[in-house]
Amino acid sequence: MKGTDAFKEIIPLLTDEPVIHANGFICRESFNLKDREGNFYMIGSMGLASSIGLGVALSRPDQKTIIMDGDGNVLMSMGTLAMIGAAAPRNLLHIVIDNEVYESTGRQGTLSNSVALEEVAKSVGYTHTKRVTEKEQIKPAFQELIGREGPSFLLIKVEPSFDKATGRVHHTPEEITSRFMKSLR
Amino acid sequence: MKGGPASCLKKYRIIRGISKPFMLSSKIFSELISNKGFNFYAGVPCSLLSGLIRILDDDPQTPYYPAVREDAAVGLCAGAYLAGKRPVLLMQNSGLGYCLNAFTSLNLIYRIPALVVMSWRGEGGKDAPEHIIMGEINQKLLQTIGMEYSVISADNYEASLDKALQKINDGLPYTLLVGKGFFDEGH
Repeated sequence: MKGTDAFKEIIPLLTDEPVIHANGFICRESFNLKDREGNFYMIGSMGLASSIGLGVALSRPDQKTIIMDGDGNVLMSMGTLAMIGAAAPRNLLHIVIDNEVYESTGRQGTLSNSVALEEVAKSVGYTHTKRVTEKEQIKPAFQELIGREGPSFLLIKVEPSFDKATGRVHHTPEEITSRFMKSLR
Repeated sequence: MKGGPASCLKKYRIIRGISKPFMLSSKIFSELISNKGFNFYAGVPCSLLSGLIRILDDDPQTPYYPAVREDAAVGLCAGAYLAGKRPVLLMQNSGLGYCLNAFTSLNLIYRIPALVVMSWRGEGGKDAPEHIIMGEINQKLLQTIGMEYSVISADNYEASLDKALQKINDGLPYTLLVGKGFFDEGH
């Protein structure tokens, strides 16, 4: 499965959840397939989508919150997985699109070909973790995890597929902040 | 609020005498910032902030979330702000380097504010060797990235907090740099 296919499976399943997107191909791909006001796109600050998502989830326990992360981002902030496991917000689903490379910078390898990130998540206290490799597994896995008490972790193994022609997010950072906050009210 | 932090402080100063080195009770400061509406706390500890962190951590009204590193605390505070909270980030200046990317590519350009309470190790070149360089340059670093700050003292900490609130209301982070001995440390 290509990375794009994973987004095409997930996007129709989203309702009103705030979704915090990691930088790089994660936010560009998602933005180009379907822009949403509840999408927080990070254009920089690699590694921080997870801590931002944790801050949102802890502050709005009534609201299911999704982090859309990448393997490079997770590896950069592996300690944040421990923060999520320790704080244990029930309303948090952490999705990782794992292509084993830093895709937007030229497909240099990360370490996730030899590190099972969902096992890391499990060992630091995520309540439910799943690893999927086929497109058809995404919908049932997402629906199961979003319906359970988290924090949950869904690792989706994909092949790199990012097309450099894919546009960048064209909202300004300030616009991203204000529309995201409005969508959360 | 009558009988609140300000009046406690006056009493405290009279008892202690203003000729003695000024030390602010962490309890008074935590009440002060809590009364200003701050309601989410995250950070990485410093011995100079140990009393303050203990007080925040002990009180369910002021939830404190420990972070593994200072930039993760920046992210945590940013998420809390986006979800309607008023966050405070507590850290030692040694963590400032880790935060530069987060401050410049997140807070400052997205206009995501936070009150940063940063302890100043290495002030005046008198500290353990690992604190000397950062102690000398932390203000320059803040200036270079365009993050406003105050070095807080007995005379200016209330005014500094008011200035911080102004900046935060404008969507910008603001740092209160806290030297050794400003707070009672409680450890």
